[in-house]
Amino acid sequence: MESNFEPNIVGFLCKWCAYTGADLAGTSRIKYPPNVTPIRVMCSGRVDPVLVMKALSSGADGVLIAGCHPGDCHYTSGNVKTIRRFKLLQRMLTQFGIERDRVRLEWVSASEGERYAQVVENMTETLRTLGPLNWNGSKEA
Amino acid sequence: MAEKIGVYVCHCGTNIAQTVDCKRVVDYASALPNVTVAREYQYMCSDPGQELIKKDIKELGLTRVVVASCSPLMHEPTFRRAVEEAGLNQFLFEMANIREQCSWISENKEMATERAKSIVGAAVKRVEFQEPLDVKKVPVNPNVLIVGGGITGIEAALQIADSGKKVYLVEKEPTIGGYMARFDKTFPTLDCAACILTPKMVSVGQHPNIELLSYSDVTGFSGYVGNFTARIRRRAKYVEEEECSGCGLCTEKCPVSVPSEFDCGLGKRKAIYRPFPQAVPNVPVIDKDHCLYFTKGVCKVCQKFCPRGAINFEQKETYIDLQVGTAILATGFDLFDASKVKQYGYGRLPNVITSLEFERFSHASGPTGGKILLKNGQMPTSIAILHCIGSRDTNFNEYCSRVCCMYSMKIAHLAHEKTGARVYEFYIDIRAFGKGYEEFYKRILEEETTFIRGKAAEVTDVPQTPAEKGKLVVVAEDTLLGIVRRVPVDMVVLSVGFEPRKDTIETARIFSISRSQDGFFLERHPKLAPVSTASDGIFIAGACQGPKDIPDSVAQGAAAAANALSLIDRKEVTLEPTVAFIDEKSCSGCKICLGLCAYNAITFDETKKVSKVNDALCKGCGVCVAACPSGAIEQRNFTDNQLLAEVESICAAGK
Amino acid sequence: MANPKAAFYWAASCGGCEIAVLELGKALVDVSKKVDIVFWPVALDFKYSDVESMPDKSIDVCFFNGAIQTSENEHMAKLFREKSKILIAFGACANGGGIPALANTTTKEQIFTRVYKETPTTDNPKGVIPQTKVQVKEGELAIPEFYNTVRTLDQTVDVDYSVPGCPPVGEQVTAVMNDIVAGKLPPKGSVMGASDKSLCDECKRVKGDRKIKKIVRTYEIVPDTEKCLLDQGIICMGPATRGGCGAQCIDANMPCRGCYGAVPGVLDQGAKMLSALSSNFDAESEEEIEQIASGVTDPIGTFYRYTLARSLLRRTKA
Repeated sequence: MESNFEPNIVGFLCKWCAYTGADLAGTSRIKYPPNVTPIRVMCSGRVDPVLVMKALSSGADGVLIAGCHPGDCHYTSGNVKTIRRFKLLQRMLTQFGIERDRVRLEWVSASEGERYAQVVENMTETLRTLGPLNWNGSKEA
Repeated sequence: MAEKIGVYVCHCGTNIAQTVDCKRVVDYASALPNVTVAREYQYMCSDPGQELIKKDIKELGLTRVVVASCSPLMHEPTFRRAVEEAGLNQFLFEMANIREQCSWISENKEMATERAKSIVGAAVKRVEFQEPLDVKKVPVNPNVLIVGGGITGIEAALQIADSGKKVYLVEKEPTIGGYMARFDKTFPTLDCAACILTPKMVSVGQHPNIELLSYSDVTGFSGYVGNFTARIRRRAKYVEEEECSGCGLCTEKCPVSVPSEFDCGLGKRKAIYRPFPQAVPNVPVIDKDHCLYFTKGVCKVCQKFCPRGAINFEQKETYIDLQVGTAILATGFDLFDASKVKQYGYGRLPNVITSLEFERFSHASGPTGGKILLKNGQMPTSIAILHCIGSRDTNFNEYCSRVCCMYSMKIAHLAHEKTGARVYEFYIDIRAFGKGYEEFYKRILEEETTFIRGKAAEVTDVPQTPAEKGKLVVVAEDTLLGIVRRVPVDMVVLSVGFEPRKDTIETARIFSISRSQDGFFLERHPKLAPVSTASDGIFIAGACQGPKDIPDSVAQGAAAAANALSLIDRKEVTLEPTVAFIDEKSCSGCKICLGLCAYNAITFDETKKVSKVNDALCKGCGVCVAACPSGAIEQRNFTDNQLLAEVESICAAGK
Repeated sequence: MANPKAAFYWAASCGGCEIAVLELGKALVDVSKKVDIVFWPVALDFKYSDVESMPDKSIDVCFFNGAIQTSENEHMAKLFREKSKILIAFGACANGGGIPALANTTTKEQIFTRVYKETPTTDNPKGVIPQTKVQVKEGELAIPEFYNTVRTLDQTVDVDYSVPGCPPVGEQVTAVMNDIVAGKLPPKGSVMGASDKSLCDECKRVKGDRKIKKIVRTYEIVPDTEKCLLDQGIICMGPATRGGCGAQCIDANMPCRGCYGAVPGVLDQGAKMLSALSSNFDAESEEEIEQIASGVTDPIGTFYRYTLARSLLRRTKA
């Protein structure tokens, strides 16, 4: 494992909470590793497991799904569906041999800039230790 | 035919350019497939910046535009407008956030530049899959729902009603007036609270455009901006409002006496009661839990004596639906529960009271007729006022409650006036920021109030010297003198801070709005949009948005009213068309989606055996899109292709 | 004019697709009058060398079933691509990897250890494992190489059409053959012999509210024959599986297991079914949701039973 490995993390952030919270981290000039490239969605409930699998199989080292805290979803219960899918997806990804820490579901409210920075920092550090996923490398004949 | 994409990288002054090498990002973008032109500029959101885009659309025939600058939550509307003005559909535009989520979060220029490239690349790939969409225009219902009849709600209601629009004012308590109705005097002018409040309350009660729904609450709220439906629960007062003349005979005759909530439990009220004499509406309610008829089946004295036959024990709770275009939440606050801070002895030691309890003592209509009295009926000769109870405290609430310094000094003044007692203020800082506030502070100093800079550590009744016997001793470090002091007093007033109301979580859920870290309702922008929320058409005002005094509450109430009126006078609003739609040819009728919609926007067509989305109800969350196993549902502007394009681009960029 | 030439080949497969063709019965006899079958291991005695000596593109249509798991499978796939005008991926294995692709949850080493050393009835005291080459006194003997990862036909060579199913149902096979003989060919890359919607479209059961409180295995209950199996807690892959098979399994009171592969436009059958199923778990709290999710004892085997080689992740971590 290279010592200067920088994890490439795909992030799915819901516009109302997580994306706004992530913006707040920036507005507050909080410094944290820029390893997550955010994809904005209206609700974490839009995140189809297919998108997560696509990211992992296309070279991402990890996927972060961030939405509103349970009970605070802008669309009432979108994040409940996210949890439902995530729990089953986690089971399946574990079966595939993908470490649990690589795909994370976190709740970040619109006012939690500090928390978003911590989540990203934490995830980046963990993935640095786990190393690159290199999923395409697994598909040998 | 291949798209022609224009990419514009903003410097944002030095905000982006200081950390991200914009030239490299431009070079990277230029080399991406289908990018016709890539430019950089100091301030893309400025007029010349926008002109660059418009010019290129017209002269180069651009079919897609990407602006890499700040967050879309900041300037997406700006650039969408610019693009439309140049003749390109606004949804053929995408923003790449390389400021809030890139340049501002990293000091490593190399990494930030690489990240910016990745973000721009994803936006460029995404925009290729974007399609023109038409925004939907909907009419705005001019009715306004105001939740909360305190001073803030009253202000908003009068402003809007005076403009000719209809207001539904929903208030939980039997009367409007909120906390202000319980205060004696208000700082810094020492106006009598009731004197300035009650005329406004009367105006509300009499205004032809205000429908006052008291003893009611909002149990449901649905729809979208300009077209909301509010479900209101009207609790049973057991008194017919139209018949009651407010004579008060029922209250006089009622044999049951219980502690009065209005008086913080210090005084009494009857089982049939008005919270205070100037209540609006001036109609009593029956407290079922204590009324002899409801608990034991006897009495009914009130009904016997009522000259208008207004008492109706059979009255039922009802639900009504109101159609409104906008809503203003002015639900106010709760006070911090002082019993949580055990070291001050509230609830345990006699004569340790809260600031509100002091107000009730001081009030002419209060439980003691305006006299400040100890438990033994005597007047205190010394009073300590402890600041920051529950505020500025990592154990409870970290924020400052903003009003307590001022009201503490007001209490000091009232204490001097009414008792001539020696008054001590134990403070951390004195926050006297408003108009006339500093002058008031000076006045209180001149009244020989003793200010001790040190938050009280404890209040004890265990004497250490003869002088302390029979007294309450306030122990505090006097930080200016550098010693720990023990100050014996007769009465301790705890200046409790503000907290969000306990039902804030429920209210936030009903209205689908967010709360800040501290639990108060979250404004759209703390400086530029303090009374709006992220949900169009729903506004917040007053203490429910954060602790504030009466002048600021009134200002916010008026501001929210202005916001609402602005929306209403536009006559119509545009809805984001980012809704779900089902392709009938692909829908297999599996019904997996039907139960997933929180807004019941999906129905099943039994003839065609396919599901359909009602796009007036669809709010565009995308939950059904992710669940559809046939891939038959797509979300406009958030299609699978668009999101996959972003994923692929980000993954490729990392290699 | 000469009859068109047809070939059938089986790679890593069970033989079911061959039986499906044989079961056409009389219809097969009719077809065989209009077509010259030049290669069909299960029925006719042609050799590989016969195929190798054919001119390129001389076979009009080749029905290739089975997944690519060995170097022999791969060689024949490439050979038939060269020699055939039209190459059809026939059956679930050729299209998605089928059951053989479940080998992608393990490794060649683990498979060989199990098969040649660990199974209870194996008597292999010296722990001999097959090698690709061995020297004997007569010379060198070689057997094909066994690959670690199973692939679909179109991951190996360019494919013209797909006929899905495990096996493709009889009526569909007849229809496909007749179309080909008649020259009625859809655009290249099309799926033939199947519907463009999911199985739910042709399933006659009554679809309820889809709320799933508990997942049950097929042996745990006797399913009601009128109600949708999913509503009864049984995982039926129907919603995420291409239809056209007549829902025969459903009629036998068994759930669809997904052998016709993904519905058109869906990138990954397993992930989509996972999403559709879990979205409707009837629980709000994390604990309750976890409880229901634990009822899926083998997610990969359930959601990717026939399409693991075609999925986005393709195999477990090597």
